Amino acid sequence: MANQNNNIIEQSSKNNNLPKVFLHGPPQFSILLQPNPSQNFHILNPSSLPPLHEFISLNPDHASSISAIVCTTLYPVNADVIRLLPSLRLICAASAGTNHIDLSECRRRGIKVTSAGNLFSEEVADMAVALLIDVSRKISTANRFLRRQLQIASWDFPLGSKLTGKKIGIVGMGRIGLEVAKRLEAFNCMISYNSRNKKPLLSYPFYSTVIELATSTNVLILCCELNDQTRHIVNKEVMLALGKGGIIVNVGRGALIDEKELLRCLIEGEIEGAGLDVFENEPYVPKEFFSLDKVVLSPHAAVLTSDSFMSICQLVEQNLEAFFSNKPLITPVI
Amino acid sequence: MESIGVLLTCPMYTNLHEQLANRFNLFKLWNFSSFQSFSQTHANSVRALVCDTKIGADANTIDSLPNLEIVSTYSVGLDKIDLKKCREKGIRVVNTPDVLTDDVADLAIALALAVFRKIPHSDGYVKNGLWKHGSDYPLTTKFSGKSVGIVGLGRIGSAIAKRAAAFGCPVSYHSRSEKPEAGSSYKYYPNILDLAANSQILVVACALTEETRHIVNRQVIDALGPNGVIINIGRGPIIDQRELVSALVEGRLGGAGLDVFENEPNVPEELMGLENVVLTPHVGTDTVETCNDMADLVIANLEAHFSGKPLLTPVL
Repeated sequence: MANQNNNIIEQSSKNNNLPKVFLHGPPQFSILLQPNPSQNFHILNPSSLPPLHEFISLNPDHASSISAIVCTTLYPVNADVIRLLPSLRLICAASAGTNHIDLSECRRRGIKVTSAGNLFSEEVADMAVALLIDVSRKISTANRFLRRQLQIASWDFPLGSKLTGKKIGIVGMGRIGLEVAKRLEAFNCMISYNSRNKKPLLSYPFYSTVIELATSTNVLILCCELNDQTRHIVNKEVMLALGKGGIIVNVGRGALIDEKELLRCLIEGEIEGAGLDVFENEPYVPKEFFSLDKVVLSPHAAVLTSDSFMSICQLVEQNLEAFFSNKPLITPVI
Repeated sequence: MESIGVLLTCPMYTNLHEQLANRFNLFKLWNFSSFQSFSQTHANSVRALVCDTKIGADANTIDSLPNLEIVSTYSVGLDKIDLKKCREKGIRVVNTPDVLTDDVADLAIALALAVFRKIPHSDGYVKNGLWKHGSDYPLTTKFSGKSVGIVGLGRIGSAIAKRAAAFGCPVSYHSRSEKPEAGSSYKYYPNILDLAANSQILVVACALTEETRHIVNRQVIDALGPNGVIINIGRGPIIDQRELVSALVEGRLGGAGLDVFENEPNVPEELMGLENVVLTPHVGTDTVETCNDMADLVIANLEAHFSGKPLLTPVL
């Protein structure tokens, strides 16, 4: 199978001198993220097979012809990968985050990087609100309850908690945080936030620490990026400050929360519930979460919609076209 | 007021039962083997009836209670009350509007998000240990920006519209008549078929009346189409349930979020296995906060009536 792919690649690339682009992702990646054929560049591996290391060992000459790669968070682009590609000039990340790319090495080598920018902000905000309402109103639990009952005399289902009017604390007021705030304001929720810096144009109350934010709210929604300052930013003290009626929603990165402590607080009733799209060690999720109706779990799917894939496909194409036509990049990171 | 006889038709909310028992001579209908056996001994004592969406106040009930002065429903919906009979007999009717509007509107959006983003499905996926390296989680559909068509732009419909608009959803509606307060924000369709043809999400938020029974029928479902989603937080009989089920099973309709059904507590078995359907057991107002507010309103209306003061939320 690998040989077949290589033969196709050999044949087609003999026929053109266009800059070469490599799709650096798992096999299903190319089905969803196939940039249209272009006059300005040539995709070496339309089926995104074989994986990069194998491709290079089979085609050592091609390694030096690759000018750009399109990558996903599943396949990190660290210094070792970059060193395999001496002609690499552009990395198009099909994600908003770039933690999986060694940006220092890119800067050193003068390699440009583009990302999804704000393309997915609405989808992520939708997921945050979806998880919050599900936890408050027990939607997933109710759905499961009804499917287990084939013949029942009456519906005896526990009461949920009203969402309208709740005090919401948003951690990280970037584009995603703003989209979450806009949505929840329509539910008459009261929005306040914590961010690295206060945003002068926002009228929402600002708290300089997450613990102060947690003390003043019923719900924490984590929308910030993961870095050294934000690792385990939601810890035991913050959860206790949020209180017994509190709900935590995480659409950022798993390590924003001390996961072991979260589990303990949930089991012991120190907080009311949690909606989680991300975890510390994906795809591993501690089994103790599985039996808790008060948590609603999602497999890092906040951006996994057919709409977002069509959009990112277009954006990657646009960035590639721009780069190889010497025009400004659409969504440059560096 | 402790001597005033109040009949409670079925279990509703413990807090409400307690408040009623504290103030009135409360009869719980379910403690009797039948309505007949209750009315044989106590019919004349009943001056107020507290009912809900499960057991209401039909003609037979009203006729059997000669001293009935007021019917108080623990709901905003009036479809289980024989209003014509109440009008004939000069019986007052009160309900619980406004206090439950937010919860029901929240649920409508919750169901739409749950269907589009398959939240219950993903919750089950992770909790059943199916998320592994290399596992292929299917793509879902973005909710923001999708066109929403609301059937019935009353209090609840308007609250749903406000929320949907915050997700960038263009909102249109069908109603008995155009609502001037909607202004230019929401487009009006005098014909429900046109609403369905121009919306991806159809939200049923109207009252159940003779005119609205089965108003969402095969034609409306066809107009909505295979990418369309129906959300029902109104009443089950507003939709032709048989047509809805066959459309979902056959893939002629994209999905549904249903809080109400034609014959509760029965749910069509065919829906149970469908991933694109989210089902909840009539929980539109089921939060601690709203149940307390509804109970308080029932009590306040009854106290007003028996003190000769104006009713707070009269229907008749």
